[in-house]
Amino acid sequence: MSDTPILDVQGLRKSYGKLEVLKGVDLAVRERELVFIIGPSGSGKSTLLRCCNRLEESNGGAVIFDGTDITAKSTNINAVRQKIGMVFQSFNLYPHMSAEGNVALALRKVLKRPKAEALERARAALDRVGLSDKAENYPNQLSGGQQQRVAIARALALEPKMVLFDEPTSALDPELVGSVLEVMRDLRTAGMTMLVVSHEMRFAREAADRVVFMDEGHIVEEGPPEQVFGDPQMPRTRDFVSRIDH
Amino acid sequence: MEFILQNFFNWDIVTQAWPLLLRGFGMTLILMAAVIPVGCIGGLTVALLGQSRFRAVRWLTIIYVDFFRAFPPLVLLIFIYAGLPFAGIDLPAIVSVCLAFLLNSSAYYGEVFRAGIESVGTGQAEAARSTGLSGFQTTTYVVLPQAIRNVLPDLVSNTLEVAKLTSLASVVALPELLYSADMARSVTFNATPIVMAAVLYLVLLWPLVRLLSRIEHRSMGSR
Amino acid sequence: MNADITQWDRFLASFFDLAVMQKYLPDIVDGFLLTCHLAILIVISGLVLGLILAVIRAYEFWLTSWLIVVFADVMRALPPLVFILLLYFGLPGVGLNLSGYAATYVTLTLVLAAFSEEIFRAGILATPKGQWEAARSTGLGFGQSLAYVIMPQAIRMTVPPLTNRTIAIAKNTALGTVVGVGEILNQATTGQSFSGNASPLVLGALAYLILFIPVVVFGRWVETRFAWRRT
Ligand SMILES: Nc1ncnc2c1ncn2[C@@H]1O[C@H](COP(=O)(O)OP(=O)(O)O)[C@@H](O)[C@H]1O
Ligand SMILES: [Mg+2]
Repeated sequence: MSDTPILDVQGLRKSYGKLEVLKGVDLAVRERELVFIIGPSGSGKSTLLRCCNRLEESNGGAVIFDGTDITAKSTNINAVRQKIGMVFQSFNLYPHMSAEGNVALALRKVLKRPKAEALERARAALDRVGLSDKAENYPNQLSGGQQQRVAIARALALEPKMVLFDEPTSALDPELVGSVLEVMRDLRTAGMTMLVVSHEMRFAREAADRVVFMDEGHIVEEGPPEQVFGDPQMPRTRDFVSRIDH
Repeated sequence: MEFILQNFFNWDIVTQAWPLLLRGFGMTLILMAAVIPVGCIGGLTVALLGQSRFRAVRWLTIIYVDFFRAFPPLVLLIFIYAGLPFAGIDLPAIVSVCLAFLLNSSAYYGEVFRAGIESVGTGQAEAARSTGLSGFQTTTYVVLPQAIRNVLPDLVSNTLEVAKLTSLASVVALPELLYSADMARSVTFNATPIVMAAVLYLVLLWPLVRLLSRIEHRSMGSR
Repeated sequence: MNADITQWDRFLASFFDLAVMQKYLPDIVDGFLLTCHLAILIVISGLVLGLILAVIRAYEFWLTSWLIVVFADVMRALPPLVFILLLYFGLPGVGLNLSGYAATYVTLTLVLAAFSEEIFRAGILATPKGQWEAARSTGLGFGQSLAYVIMPQAIRMTVPPLTNRTIAIAKNTALGTVVGVGEILNQATTGQSFSGNASPLVLGALAYLILFIPVVVFGRWVETRFAWRRT
């Protein structure tokens, strides 16, 4: 683990009209690190994640990724986004494309790979998430867990330096959660840098390097999982953890 | 520029043609007030017949609807106006117009109402019947109100079309807005009266178009 | 009884006079072909223009958006016949002579463009926001996301309303008769007034049924086929 962070969020602020959702957030993620973000609903977790690839424009502070400030107007954001994968709660697969079509689209149109090569890389990515046999299926022919794994493959195919996960398992039936977590576990073993919003506590305990607790637009507490879950320092953290961690 | 003003926005002609156009506008309003309810009621009847227990009735309504949707409304109007006299039936222009609109609009409104009725789940009717409502009561109090709400954008859109269609009456010499404007044009050899008619149509129908845009976007989003 | 028979004979003679029909059949066929190609031209150019306008509007520059809204509102609020007459009788006054055919073509193309622009836009807005986000998160630009991810879904969603609207506007080619376009209706009424017999009208009616019944039935099929659900 190197010491310069690959993602460095500095004093990030974001408001929707009068509502201030992020009130100066500082967060550094080092290469090969898996950082978990937990916190009550509406605390700004998704907003923080979406500011990290500029799906939301921030109102103050900076997000430095791999040495570039992505909040700067001059940054070519599409080039940066290739290097930051994102996985959504609701999968957001393109319903008019097959699984491999979903994965290959950006390879062809952003990286400008020829079709054959793009499909080959798409199949390799699908293989990585255990879905090589579903390459030609359309999203509506896949289970929720399979759809989410295709979405992960779509992010991985671009060979990102980091992947953002926004509650990747909360839209899944309980029996399908395991397959997605398994893929994430493999990614961790392979050394992928990951920033994960999730409430899968068991997974966090076993896999996270660090857990960050957010509340009302602030980072309240962060530390190794044993500490945040086992011996939280702040009352709000203690309160939250006691309610979800059974 | 001068040229354009002269030909399209000629103030002298505006003042001359104004009384004629105003009378035409009044006729247009009367026409709309007649043909829109006629079409709605006809369409509702068609839609209810389309839900009949008898397969033959259902098929007949489909044939009726598709037959009259296949004719451009102007064709229907002219055939009634110019064709029926050959069968010894001489109708005044306004009756021809109303008849043509009944046949054409009831087919279109019929399709809209049908879609509405089919969008209400059978559970609604079953629940109503289970509380002892008659079939007629169920339709009137439970099914139709929901049906109409579900297809409100299509209803408004169809009504807008019917309102615009009244301009066709000009072709059979019914002195409504467009007919009056075209009269004035042929007398003055100037397009200003038609521009005036266009403005009057816009004043009348533009709010409906705006309303439609509102509710249409809402409904697509919820689909 | 006898009177009834002569009445019936007179009816047949007025509406189904075979000699008259034979005489005017070629004219009706000409009208049929004209209606067909005018309608096809209008459908193609109207849909293409509507799509282009919807795409421009998706970029949400206030000026272009505003112009498109005004255009779409006006073309949807005005009865097409008013616009046809305006072009046909108005433009010569400013030195632009438009044939009846051109006036009808231009009007109906613009009307279809206005309606289809609104329908395409509704489709774009109805495509879930997550689709944009997923596309953008992989580095696709705005235009690329629109072209490869959003439009294919939006168009699919808009097929039923678009089909119905297109059919309705194609039928409006009959309005051309008012400015002397020799389409079916024009040929039929001309034949009727020359022959003093309603048989050409009946032929015209048949021509419309032959042309549009399949189209209407096709519209019905499209409506059921494209009732498309996402999972
Ligand atoms: N597009 C938006 N417009 C207005 N308010 C928003 C928008 N997105 C999120 N919010 C608000 O921002 C706050 C934080 O949202 P979010 O980041 O989604 O929270 P979390 O993911 O922690 O549940 C919530 O109060 C939410 O209502
Ligand atoms: Mg969230």
